[in-house]
Amino acid sequence: MSNDPVAIRLLGVPGVAVLWILTLLAFGVFGRRAWQLVSLLRRARPENRFDHLGQRLGRVLRHVLLQPRLFNERSIGLPHLLIFWGFLVYVGSFLWALGRGLFPFVPVPYPDEVGLVGFLLEIFGVVVLAALAVAVVRRAFFPPRYLHLSWDANLIISLIGLLMLSSLFGSAFRAAAAGVGPSLASPIGGALAGLFRGLPQARALDGARALWWLHVVIVLGFMVYLPYSKHLHLLASPFNVFFGNLRPAGDLTLAGAAEESAAGAAAWNEFTWKQLLSGFSCAECGRCDRACPAANSGFPLEPQQIVQKLKKHAIATGLKPPKKGEEAVALIGGVISEAELWACTSCMSCMERCAVLNEQLPIVVQLRRHQVAEGAVEKNLQDMLANLTRYGNSFGKSDRMRAKWTQALGSKIKDARKEPVEVLWYVGDYASYDPRLEEITRKTAQLFQLAGLDFGILYEGERNAGNDVRRVGEEGLFEMLREKNQQVLGKAQFKTIVSTDPHTYNTLKNEYGFGGNGVAVLHSSELLDRLVQEGKLPLKRKLGGRVTYHDPCYLGRYNEVYEPARRLLRGLGVDLVEMPRNRNRSYCCGAGGGRIWMEDVPGIKERPSESRVREAAALPDVSTLVVGCPKDIAMFRDAVKTTGTESTLAVRDLAELVWDAVQG
Amino acid sequence: MNLFVLLKTVPDTVEELTVAADNKSLDAEWLRFKLSDADEHAVEQALLLKERAGGKLTVVALDAPELDDSLFTVLAKGADRVVKLAGDLGNLQSFSAAALFAAFLKGEADPPPADTLILLRSQAMDDLEGEIGPVLADCLGLPYVGVVTGVQPDGGTVTVTKEFAGGLRGEFALPTPAVLGIQSAEKPPRYVPIAKVRAAMKSAALETVDVTPPEAGARFPIEKMYKPEAAGRAEMLEGSPEEVADRLVELLAQQSLI
Amino acid sequence: MSKGILILAEHLKGELSDITFEMLGAGRTLADALGAPLHVALVGRGSAGLASRLGAADKVFVVDKPELELPPAATMAAVLGSLIEKQQESLVLVGWTNLAMGVGSVLSARSGLPLVNFARALRVEDGAVVVTSQLFGGKIFSDVRLADGRGIVSVSSGAFPADAGRSEKAPAVEAVDVAVEAPKITFKKYVEPAAGDVDITKQTTLVAVGRGIQTQDNISMAEELAEALGGAVCGSRPVIDQGWLPLTRQVGKSGMSVKPRLYLALGISGAPEHVEGMQGSQMIVAVNTDAKAPIFDVAQYGVCADALEILPVLTEKIKARHG
Repeated sequence: MSNDPVAIRLLGVPGVAVLWILTLLAFGVFGRRAWQLVSLLRRARPENRFDHLGQRLGRVLRHVLLQPRLFNERSIGLPHLLIFWGFLVYVGSFLWALGRGLFPFVPVPYPDEVGLVGFLLEIFGVVVLAALAVAVVRRAFFPPRYLHLSWDANLIISLIGLLMLSSLFGSAFRAAAAGVGPSLASPIGGALAGLFRGLPQARALDGARALWWLHVVIVLGFMVYLPYSKHLHLLASPFNVFFGNLRPAGDLTLAGAAEESAAGAAAWNEFTWKQLLSGFSCAECGRCDRACPAANSGFPLEPQQIVQKLKKHAIATGLKPPKKGEEAVALIGGVISEAELWACTSCMSCMERCAVLNEQLPIVVQLRRHQVAEGAVEKNLQDMLANLTRYGNSFGKSDRMRAKWTQALGSKIKDARKEPVEVLWYVGDYASYDPRLEEITRKTAQLFQLAGLDFGILYEGERNAGNDVRRVGEEGLFEMLREKNQQVLGKAQFKTIVSTDPHTYNTLKNEYGFGGNGVAVLHSSELLDRLVQEGKLPLKRKLGGRVTYHDPCYLGRYNEVYEPARRLLRGLGVDLVEMPRNRNRSYCCGAGGGRIWMEDVPGIKERPSESRVREAAALPDVSTLVVGCPKDIAMFRDAVKTTGTESTLAVRDLAELVWDAVQG
Repeated sequence: MNLFVLLKTVPDTVEELTVAADNKSLDAEWLRFKLSDADEHAVEQALLLKERAGGKLTVVALDAPELDDSLFTVLAKGADRVVKLAGDLGNLQSFSAAALFAAFLKGEADPPPADTLILLRSQAMDDLEGEIGPVLADCLGLPYVGVVTGVQPDGGTVTVTKEFAGGLRGEFALPTPAVLGIQSAEKPPRYVPIAKVRAAMKSAALETVDVTPPEAGARFPIEKMYKPEAAGRAEMLEGSPEEVADRLVELLAQQSLI
Repeated sequence: MSKGILILAEHLKGELSDITFEMLGAGRTLADALGAPLHVALVGRGSAGLASRLGAADKVFVVDKPELELPPAATMAAVLGSLIEKQQESLVLVGWTNLAMGVGSVLSARSGLPLVNFARALRVEDGAVVVTSQLFGGKIFSDVRLADGRGIVSVSSGAFPADAGRSEKAPAVEAVDVAVEAPKITFKKYVEPAAGDVDITKQTTLVAVGRGIQTQDNISMAEELAEALGGAVCGSRPVIDQGWLPLTRQVGKSGMSVKPRLYLALGISGAPEHVEGMQGSQMIVAVNTDAKAPIFDVAQYGVCADALEILPVLTEKIKARHG
């Protein structure tokens, strides 16, 4: 019993009493802060994230215990996982030791007196120290862009290191006092005991006790510090993952949210509690920024900062109301600039990368909704929205001209408003109105005809489906467009709805509620692939040549449709080469989220579309960049001109290649 | 202030304009109407004045197909009252429009209160027989300035900026009540989200006043209406740079551009 | 027939505007065809000195009174009304310009003479005057017949050549004293265009450069031409992208929408995004090496050539013309 660390007097006070005082103090401060933060969340707007509890729990087990997303950056994935598991072991052991120390009469041993636990503590101690070394070297010598190199982070790394060392050397002192060497229960401590061989037993025991107390003080201090620092991440992220979004990311509906949420948010308490929780969970790792096309092009947007700024603003203004006469800093304009919130292309790279499953995009859209509600919208975008309101398309052309492209077709396309069709083709604005795309649209139609597909279009009954409208924050207009479209769609009879435009496809699939009606929503690449697989589109010749394929954001990341286009291309006989950034890592063309309607910001380095065509042009012998989105044609055909790659890289639509292959 | 904005729609040129079988008018079947840009600017200028000086903004519009959406938008932007002058308006020309507006305004208050400003478009692309503003002002016996791009009221008088040409503008002072023809507002017309327009549709009502247009109707018959010859491709100028430049100089001179 | 044609001369800051000469030229042709005298009303404080330049007219009536500094439309209409009555004028020509806007309307309201706006062509048929107007942004033309040649015509700028209205002859000048009420509206001051970068939406002439300008150094050539034309340089997106011109000079979808009287497109292919911003220009002249470039579909005049070859020659010729 003599080596019980609490069985001493510190400054004349019994050790147990000191431990009680420290524990109550630490838990008190921690509890107060935690309560403050929770109450902050409770003052935010509601959002229902309490459904499918089993599924949510499964997610937590996967993303918290295994952390698959951290491995999207190899160098730090494993070290982080090991530190995390070390943390679990040490937290368990600490609570055990603390309980044992506080209640010395309970007849259980200290955790390190149990062989297996001692072994785990020592092994993880070393493993965590090694992982910390990797982290330190990475931070000091190879910091990735946008990793926030804060004082906070350095302090925490030091504290964790100190914890491990205090534990290992505590073990070493105990082994030295016992005069034993390395054992299975204490392989490291036993080995280190050699350092203290000459020490008298009493001194060695003092050393062990001192380090036990140091360990306790550091852990309690750490606990107090945690909720005040960025390492709130550690406490909040499991909850953040648990309450993560289970519905498709391509659906911006806020489930169970207050109606006023449609008018957006300009103050911290106008966001939902889950949106605030995102900030609490962010570890400032910068994965989102590194993937963000806006950040990489030099637009003034870093998704990490959106989340961080919202957190800091919520804590600063929510916990400390401004004094009388003091003007509260405005969230929009003061904390987050207008340029920031309009720079987002809604490509979803940030959300796809985030290891704690944060949802940056809905926060950006909430901010935009507020700007729209205030009428604070740039002129170009205003014109587009006015066009969409009046004519149902962003081109400002008459809605009666929507199907004008069909006039140059040999045969008439069925009017799906008047007769039942198997497949309803939702053409979309760009494919209908952009003169650069008319030819591709006609070829698509001819391919459908060639395959004997029973299809039709809605002619002037179709309006913009509203994907971009919703993402620029014009929720009312989105709802109006959807209502009008649903009225027309409701009268038509079809089993499948297809679009060449991934933006339209996403909205039809995720935001129009077709799911319950047994209607399949397809992208044209899926349909063309199916028609070729079923032998309905006979390919008359092999195309040959090396091509690369660009995954559109709203087809790939949003809806995980990666293979049909690739299978189709391989079937055409071309040699498909992947760009370094492919599938879920595909790089946005910069058109989404309404960006195609907005002005460029002065001083940007390289447009996302330019970065992308350079990536394609750098592939050896690749002469064609194949796309599956009308907006990509517009963006990339422009970008090959501005990057001077026009002569070596052709930008072509999937349908154009299929068309070539069905020609004799 | 006691603010009025008067609106009259114009054919939407986004739609193909076709001439009717009589060769004297537009084919009504394909016509669609919208507020002209200058109408939108007149509304915006009035909203800016209301925000700066307070008061009541009444919008008076001559009825036309599909007009209601535009009027609810005006309400959502901040107009206090919207009145629709309805009746068998048909192809109403400027003088008849001025007469209808004048009759309505006289019915409101004759003479109008001293702090009254009546704003309307300075001109529109269908003003074939004249602009409404100056005629209306003449009917009401009020002063009028057109092509206005800025309005600064100052108790009993108003200082306005009128556009001349090439960026040159002039400042004029006139007593109120007055009629102003707005070319462009001091700020571009604001955007109002659809949600607010829909809320206005639910909560506010448009007043309708039945009117009978004056007997006289148009002041002259149109003999013929037709489309200009197909714009088609440019007339290509051939020759050496010297010759081409000479021809260009000649053309520019003809257009009095040099 | 003593019934005459009266033209309202337009002048600003002591200078007669081109529209005055354009109307004089058109009026001369009409007067000769109708056998009617051609008169000019020169109204405004300090305007008398301008009369000598109006030799294309048979007579100039000068109303030069101190209270007529930039008189409002109603006052102007009153002066014209009294002149019409006194001189038995049957046809009045006014400019469809910002300065004269409203004069015709008020005069029409008071005199009962019909007003025809937006005139681009005038012809005489059996003693009647037929006015061709451009309606709905140029999409539709209309012909209106003024029986007996009686009416007011508001003439669009640039519809008639100004040279036809310039004459060295000394016209007969008659000072007329017309009693007018002192206008309620007072002119305060001129507001000059703001210094700093040019607002291209307000320019009457724009020299637009596109990819065909090739290098930044060539921009200065375009600037020289713009200066000679009294306009400004603007550009299509590729040029702005290169940082050769500031964003404020961009024409098209991501930039400004412009409607100058002259748009000279140099090395611009005419992508829809660009055309959207400039198609409202009154006169479009395009120079491009690609004969199939879509810019030639919106231009009135086209030159299939390298813009860099035409540019310096054109600049020289215009400078030479100005002396």
